[in-house]
Amino acid sequence: MRIFGLNWRIIRALLSSQYAHMLEYRAEIALWALSGVLPFIMLSLWSGSAARAELGLDGVALDRYFLSAFLVRQFSVVWVVYAFEEDALLGRLSPYLLQPLHPLWRYVAAHLGEQLTRLPFAALIAALFFLIQPQAFWVPSLGGLLLAWMATWMAFAIAFLLQSLIASLCFWSEKATALERLLFLPFLFFSGLLAPLTAFPPAVRAWVQWTPFPYLIDFPARVLSGDPVNLAGGFAAQLGWVLLLLPLVLLLWRAGVRRYSAMGA
Amino acid sequence: MVGFLGANGAGKTTTLKMLCGLIHPSAGEVLVAGHRPQRRHPDFLRRITLVMGQKQQLIWDLPPMDSLRVNAAVYGIPDRVARRRINELSDLLELGEELTRPVRKLSLGQRMKAELLAALLHEPEVLFLDEPTLGLDVNAQMRVRQFLADYNRRTGATVLLTSHYMADITALCPRVMLIHQGQLFHDGALDRLASRLAPERHVRLELEQPAPAEAFAALGQLDRLENCEVNLRVDPALLTSVLAQILARFEVRDLEVNDPPIDQLIGELFRQGSL
Repeated sequence: MRIFGLNWRIIRALLSSQYAHMLEYRAEIALWALSGVLPFIMLSLWSGSAARAELGLDGVALDRYFLSAFLVRQFSVVWVVYAFEEDALLGRLSPYLLQPLHPLWRYVAAHLGEQLTRLPFAALIAALFFLIQPQAFWVPSLGGLLLAWMATWMAFAIAFLLQSLIASLCFWSEKATALERLLFLPFLFFSGLLAPLTAFPPAVRAWVQWTPFPYLIDFPARVLSGDPVNLAGGFAAQLGWVLLLLPLVLLLWRAGVRRYSAMGA
Repeated sequence: MVGFLGANGAGKTTTLKMLCGLIHPSAGEVLVAGHRPQRRHPDFLRRITLVMGQKQQLIWDLPPMDSLRVNAAVYGIPDRVARRRINELSDLLELGEELTRPVRKLSLGQRMKAELLAALLHEPEVLFLDEPTLGLDVNAQMRVRQFLADYNRRTGATVLLTSHYMADITALCPRVMLIHQGQLFHDGALDRLASRLAPERHVRLELEQPAPAEAFAALGQLDRLENCEVNLRVDPALLTSVLAQILARFEVRDLEVNDPPIDQLIGELFRQGSL
């Protein structure tokens, strides 16, 4: 029996092949993991700033927040628009469209395979962080870890759907990645990658919470670091964004496929 | 097996894409195996396959076997059946350890054969093959051709094949369809296509004595006259009377009547891009 076109055997085959595929690129993925150290750069900037105390950014809590932000980013980074654009342009999408499986599942599996490959590198960077900042060391409770994992996974789902929405525009424009760059700017400022949202002016905070961005980094990072956070509100917002984006992606995809002319074939 | 012919830009690939559901028809209706292809119903997708020369579905960095496992799962083929089919098809395609080597390390011919294996694992009833031998060397072309003939004989699948290599068409397709500017120009046997494309017979003569060109003016179109060697193109309706006249007027050492070679005619058609 298949649910959303999937069964256990398909999931296992997709994940194992994509994990093997990503292992071929492990050196590149290690560099990607290393290039995600922006939260540590922000931490060093904030640590040396006089404004830190004014904004209520406590030392150890700040260390833990930025380490958590780094880890959440590592496991919610999305590149579907780039992979999709390349596949569409090179004609690789055509055979995928002719198989009884929604092509987006292949990209989901590729991302999960990449996350698994990234795991040891991210763990190594986290271990190095604790060596340098031993006072920041903490072990989240099992319940906390589970909630943080769920929040990170939901963050990945939102980011994946947002980018898939843009990727679907590849059916109309062969350069949809340019649009993705537009989305990156608000993500950078409002996701909590540069600073926890608690450091933002209340008016900005009130406005930003109606966008998907705080639920991509800030919310899961605060769950992981053990900051007080409105769990029910955060998870409800994440679920809301997934439920809003999913039908939009499917509708745009369907319209796009109607328009598809198998470029490159 | 049906050969699908046409000059560059005639719409062969577009038609194939429409038949397998990648493109929606702007007008009219397409029915393949009882389905409207553009709906891409899972039952329809399980019954067809599309192979495009030099376009790949195999994962580039992994051995073909990994992609085959994914295909087996996606098409719901039980493990045991999938293993049997992989063994059978790899025997026919003469693929062995290539299935366990990364695709990027395979030659073009080996890759094409692995692509065919992946495309046929679910035993489709309808095969759309777009230039499946493109870029392959002569030996690899022959092996792919032989495999397609065997597969067709074994499964009775419908095969629609486009190819710029006439040898593919002449070896595999008793029926050919030729399209030109969106219109079906011919649908029938290959030899009948020759008579439509070049409605003349080729007559080759070897005479005992040389004769002047004027002597052949009333008999047909003179293509070649070298000493005793004469090549003429003759209207088929007049062939018998022309042959009688030749035999009456000249001392003939040898005489041959041929249809023009089909590959030459279609090659000419492809080169000119028009009929």
